[in-house]
Amino acid sequence: MGRGECLAISGESGAGKSLFLRMVADLDPNDGEVSLDGVARASLPAHLWRRRAPYVAAESGWWAQQVHDHFAAGQLDRARRLAGQMGVGDAPFDGAVDRLSTGERQRLALVRALILDSPALLLDEPTGPLDPVSASRVEAVLLDRLAGGTVIILVSHDPAQGPRLGARRMRMADRRLAPESGS
Amino acid sequence: MISLTPTDLALAAVLVALDAGVSVTLRLQLHRQLLWAAGRMVVQLIAVGFILRFIFTLNNPLATLAIVVVMGAIAGREIAARPARKLRGAAGLAISGATVALATLVTAGLALTTAIRPHPWYDPRYAVSLVGIILGSVLNSGSLTLDGVVGGVWRERSAIEAQLGLGVEFRVATRPLLREAIRRGLLPIINQMSAAGLITLPGIMTGQIIAGMDPVEAVKYQILLMFLLAGASGVAALTIAELALRRLSDARQRLRVDRLT
Repeated sequence: MGRGECLAISGESGAGKSLFLRMVADLDPNDGEVSLDGVARASLPAHLWRRRAPYVAAESGWWAQQVHDHFAAGQLDRARRLAGQMGVGDAPFDGAVDRLSTGERQRLALVRALILDSPALLLDEPTGPLDPVSASRVEAVLLDRLAGGTVIILVSHDPAQGPRLGARRMRMADRRLAPESGS
Repeated sequence: MISLTPTDLALAAVLVALDAGVSVTLRLQLHRQLLWAAGRMVVQLIAVGFILRFIFTLNNPLATLAIVVVMGAIAGREIAARPARKLRGAAGLAISGATVALATLVTAGLALTTAIRPHPWYDPRYAVSLVGIILGSVLNSGSLTLDGVVGGVWRERSAIEAQLGLGVEFRVATRPLLREAIRRGLLPIINQMSAAGLITLPGIMTGQIIAGMDPVEAVKYQILLMFLLAGASGVAALTIAELALRRLSDARQRLRVDRLT
């Protein structure tokens, strides 16, 4: 993939879409070779690779009670701004994780990855639980990143999302990726 | 020292029968378990008494080593069996075995070569008794810590993976869990030390006093033992937490919950 390119993967549940993203992130054992900007994954310690290509799961995990404890102090303002751009206000941002709605959790988990300013993003159903308005706000932020040269691979169940992001579309079936028919 | 006859023991056993009676009248359904446990205890202890008497008369370093290894192996098996989710394959046994070996060797070795120094140094009267007491503590702290690590990793797996996915190192993502598990493992010995003499009279001290030793001499022994137990608990908790976490990750810093049953 080239800089600023987006790949949208669709396919039935259990086809292996999430596993594929997890393998690219090196979160599951795999035999593949991946490189980013000419740097081979195997040449980097795993955590540095993931910092360059963070993975955001469809079900977000949280390791502190308060939302803002998930961000470094120096990044709080930016995180809050990004959350605001995607329609998450200050009240949820300053509250407890278990008070968040599913959609807020998903967007705030995305913010955690976005503030890394990584050259690539691996997103598992980033807009899965979102209403159309919130989804288009998230897509606006993603388009902004693509314009800035970030590579994005995402799993999506919404067939219209790929075209909206100008993405190359592929379909996963039985653990094999193939170009989407008709694209 | 007052020697006990079988009749003395039978008289005391009336108390167990009393417990069983309470269980029957109150329908606690505990009497069968209670009697089984009491019977098991009697058989186990009599067998150990005769084995120890035999080992003591042998006074042979290899025989002492053999019984110490058997005791350690049983402790290792118990530790590995404790958590609700266990490490898959032989890893659980290997990890708890290594923990038992290290914690016991370090503390018993220290005591036998410095403070106690029996002649010969492998005198089973000291070595076997000391190892027995130490293993109790190692079992306690080792199993609590292992349960803390394994249970914690399972409970927190999505939180850990969320951090790994963002490029956080495995060590960093699991540090709170590691701390909590070691803390849990050290609580029993802290309780034991703070309660000693006030709430409980420790068994060793009581035993030695009954056997005719001066209370202050007995207390000195007990203090030494408590320090040894604190050391053994610490080594056991730290070792097993470290090894178990290592086993639950790999060279690419993944979280390997697939290595749990």
